Amino acid sequence: MSLRELYQEIVMDHYSDPRNFGKLEEADYHVHVNNPSCGDEIDLEVIVENGKIEQVKFNGHGCVLSQASASMMTEMIKGKDLTEIEDIADNFRCFITGKGEVKIDLQDLEIFEGVKQFPLRVKCACLSWSALREILKKTQQ
Amino acid sequence: MIDSTKIREDFPILHQKINGKQFVYFDNAATSQKPKSVVEAISDYYNNYNANVHRGLYKISALATEAYNNARQKVANFIGATPQEVIFTSGTTASINLVAYSWGQENLKENDVVVLSEMEHHSNIVPWHILQKRLGFILRFIEVDENGCLQLDDLTEKCKDAKLVSVTHISNTLGTINPIEKIVKIAHDNGAKVLIDGAQAIPHMPVDVKKIGCDFYAFSGHKMCGPTGVGVLWGKEQILESMPPFFGGGSMIDEVHLDYSTYAQLPNKFEAGTMNIAQVIGLGVAIDYLQSIGLDNILAHEQQMVEVALEKLQSLGGVRIIGNAKHRVGVISFDMGKIHPHDIATILDYEGIAIRAGHHCTQPLMTKFSVPATARASFYFYNTIDEIDLFVKGLQKVKEIFHRVS
Repeated sequence: MSLRELYQEIVMDHYSDPRNFGKLEEADYHVHVNNPSCGDEIDLEVIVENGKIEQVKFNGHGCVLSQASASMMTEMIKGKDLTEIEDIADNFRCFITGKGEVKIDLQDLEIFEGVKQFPLRVKCACLSWSALREILKKTQQ
Repeated sequence: MIDSTKIREDFPILHQKINGKQFVYFDNAATSQKPKSVVEAISDYYNNYNANVHRGLYKISALATEAYNNARQKVANFIGATPQEVIFTSGTTASINLVAYSWGQENLKENDVVVLSEMEHHSNIVPWHILQKRLGFILRFIEVDENGCLQLDDLTEKCKDAKLVSVTHISNTLGTINPIEKIVKIAHDNGAKVLIDGAQAIPHMPVDVKKIGCDFYAFSGHKMCGPTGVGVLWGKEQILESMPPFFGGGSMIDEVHLDYSTYAQLPNKFEAGTMNIAQVIGLGVAIDYLQSIGLDNILAHEQQMVEVALEKLQSLGGVRIIGNAKHRVGVISFDMGKIHPHDIATILDYEGIAIRAGHHCTQPLMTKFSVPATARASFYFYNTIDEIDLFVKGLQKVKEIFHRVS
């Protein structure tokens, strides 16, 4: 994979213009995660109504992969119900770690295919997803 | 001057291609590469005289013991010490922990003060946090100014009630060489002992512990052309004598009874269990190698590299240097606007250039400079000006890829 593929247009677009970036006034759930090896940080906030994530915002700083992945994730989960989101999260984990079968269409997220070659960078792409997992856990408590 | 072409023949690892490009290794502050003589000495030990030391009554055990003791003598000569003051450990971290848990546990109590600095590596902060929870002493920090230098104006005040001042000789993140003789003097005038973290200094400049005047000096083998898994704690003999053992076990005893034990003389008192024999021998050979080049030459070469690199980075534009100390070694921390250091490192890796990106185990320093992370290039005597040119070209590529966000 070339550098141009890793830093392709769509990733750079999400990085320079992140979607759902900011803070929610009255979030139902809030999770903060960080990657101690590089200092990347993400705050994820959601509002849940009728079993759906109605509002989602993320905040933080980090490399292209962590921030673009977070931006794309928020687009992917907004308006979907929690069980479906859990399914997407499971499939994304199978996809990015190369372990297990990917059973759904991950759409734009598939551009992270090349990241698998860089085990240290997989963590970056997964940072926001680990925040999402924490939130899903909280919604079940 | 250093003949880099000739020196590079001693480091086979430098002659490979990475991603089809000439390999440039600029992560020497993390670990140095090893010359052939060091690797060969380790394999010679394993192939020809692998045996435990201090105990076997046979030929190869005697050879191993002699090589092990010779290495200790070499370390002692290298830093201006006597062999009984040289304790082998697994590295700087272990050396600092040894001081904390042996000397610190014995001598620190509630309301005592330990002075550190804001530029310390986590290995000279976390052991004191752990011990502080048990003993309740107070931690004070020497501040770092905007150039990355220690602010010593109020050190006398900070040293009030201090039992220990523990600071780094050279910042692993900024490359600043600290005026440790001055720190030692102020600390001693106030009755405090001094521990110096020499991990980043000993590979790059001449160090004489007696001239520095400190009480403890800690360093690692792997940053000075030696193997991983070996390091040194040097301490003043009288202080080491007064300290209780850290690890108990074989080799560190005089007599063991069911109800009590007595301990061996220095340095064995602090070397329990089978040590990293091959690594100790390798470290001795690394010292021979560094001395054959000359520490003054190494320092001069690196300072020339830094001067050239800083000039070229400035003309490239878009690069902010973090840490502008006048007195420094070949370590440059930088960032490039909104481009995350990890992305800089990934793009440089494609160009065959290895640098470090992250907080460099100095999170308080990152907080001080209000950055989440930095990119860091660090040089050694086998690096060349040509490599700096490749590095700057690599950064040009970073700028191209990120032209729309930076």
